[in-house]
Amino acid sequence: MIRPRAARATPDDRATFKSRSLPWLFLAPTMLILAVFSYLPAVQTLRLAAFRANIILGTEQFTGLGNFADLLSSPAYRQVALQTLIFAVLTVSIGLTLALILAWMASRVRRGQRYYHLLLIYPYALSPAIAGTLWLFLFNPEIGVVNQLLRSSFGIAPRWLDNPLLAFGLVTVAAIWKGLGYNIVFYLAALQNVPGDVLEAAEIDGASGAQKFWKVVFPLLTPMTFFLVFTSVVSALFDSFALTDVLTRGGPFYNHAGITTFLTYQLYQDGFVNFKTGAAAAQAALLLLLIAAITFLQFRVGEKQVHYGA
Amino acid sequence: MAPEDVARNDVRLLGAPAPSRPVSGTRHQSQWALHVTLCIAAFLIMAPLLFALIKSTQVSSDVLSARLVPGGAFFANLSSVWNEAHLGRYMLNSFFVTILVTVGKTVLSLFSALAFVYFRFPLRGLAFVLVLLSLMLPTEVLIIALFDLVSRDLNWADSYAAITVPFLASATGTFLFRQHFLSIPASLADAARIDGCGPLRFLTSILIPMSWNTIGALAVIQFVFVWDQYLWPLVIMQNDQKQVVQVGLRKLIDVGGQTNWGAVMAGALLTIVPPLLVFTLLQRQFTKGFALTQDK
Repeated sequence: MIRPRAARATPDDRATFKSRSLPWLFLAPTMLILAVFSYLPAVQTLRLAAFRANIILGTEQFTGLGNFADLLSSPAYRQVALQTLIFAVLTVSIGLTLALILAWMASRVRRGQRYYHLLLIYPYALSPAIAGTLWLFLFNPEIGVVNQLLRSSFGIAPRWLDNPLLAFGLVTVAAIWKGLGYNIVFYLAALQNVPGDVLEAAEIDGASGAQKFWKVVFPLLTPMTFFLVFTSVVSALFDSFALTDVLTRGGPFYNHAGITTFLTYQLYQDGFVNFKTGAAAAQAALLLLLIAAITFLQFRVGEKQVHYGA
Repeated sequence: MAPEDVARNDVRLLGAPAPSRPVSGTRHQSQWALHVTLCIAAFLIMAPLLFALIKSTQVSSDVLSARLVPGGAFFANLSSVWNEAHLGRYMLNSFFVTILVTVGKTVLSLFSALAFVYFRFPLRGLAFVLVLLSLMLPTEVLIIALFDLVSRDLNWADSYAAITVPFLASATGTFLFRQHFLSIPASLADAARIDGCGPLRFLTSILIPMSWNTIGALAVIQFVFVWDQYLWPLVIMQNDQKQVVQVGLRKLIDVGGQTNWGAVMAGALLTIVPPLLVFTLLQRQFTKGFALTQDK
């Protein structure tokens, strides 16, 4: 929810109340919880990444950057990273395009707007785990409705969860579907803020629907698009865990690793299934670096490229 | 968009070969096309849920067939998942945890925003940056160290504290409330202070009544966020009695090939109801509260 412009443009000096201790008293609960449950584990993660540790045996051995070297030279980890990248690019680009088209259409309808809004944004209420559950049943090779219908009409029954390409596609489509509601909610909110007189002016000048969209609405929506790209990348990295854990369990195996094993899933596997704490902590450290890079990019590109509202 | 950009676009539009002015006939057609496309899209988006809804009403022999006619077994399915699979217990746990965390996040971030906006104190800027930077530290990434901390150092494993306390602070909430407070005229706070109003009374009798839209918007975001939590309860909560519904429901599918899918679908639908209800009830506040922070 960081919006760079808003953070800068506000006059934030009012200092109504004079007190030295009161502000810290009000801040204490938030700061204490963040210190203990966010910053301390972050530091601890970096420390653990430098050790080869085993939770079960309770052993720890200093390896410096050894864990990182192991990870980056591991074909399995590289494949997982590449899969995550492809998954993120696909879900973000297709997901946002669909959301924008649908939100734009829903905002141009004159009758029954409210109903369309409700119908389009309800998947927001679905959790990734529930979405995984629904799709697991729908695409179950034997008893799933999709294969029942395909079998009776075309005589085919694809192995959705065993074929690597199909499983990857299935998880990607499910993730796009799951994220659609959230993205449409925010696009609809942004579209409501597009000033009516600007659109009217374009209409009077004879702009067609497509021209109005590309030359007026789309530029005005760039801050929102930008914000949604950021949240969608983050959700592709982290929310995908519950979806893949329920739907595919990271499988099926392809080349060096499960085809739907993404970075967070690998981290969980190494940390809580294989008990390779050091390797898992090193992955966490790399993810922290990745988030930092994305955030930095968001601010840099955000300052240069984005048209902010009037 | 800056005014000059609008002007430039207008010039470009004028310079383009003049498109025919929309007449009411094509207007009508395009409205129809919009309705048809939106209906198809809405149907496709609804489809997985419609399937779940139909299957949850069928008796178990029909659930595994291609039959798409609703049956009358919804309550039988629901009661089997509610009683035998402890869904009721999981739902209650999720309710308790979600409401506690949502209320906690709201109260704590109201306090911290109050401190950031209405006080001047040393290190204020640094404190604010530290709160915001915590957005870059999601639970999923910290999970290894957080697990060690909560289960070994604090000895909180299998307690409600483990799935509530670490989430009580909110950077998003602090930021949203700060933005909202900054949009309230400073003179109001000065007047309140001159009338002898302390910061806490100022918060409860002036700021909060003026913040319902932001509180509503934040409540929706937080409720959905907490209700959906999966990875953390999965690793930290081994006591089935205190498990949340997202993880609990998965256990139903684990039972070999003998999954009672009709019951699972009924359970899945039930878990969607609370966030859907919160979202529908607070939809106006959500849009308004969010639109406000956008403008300011």
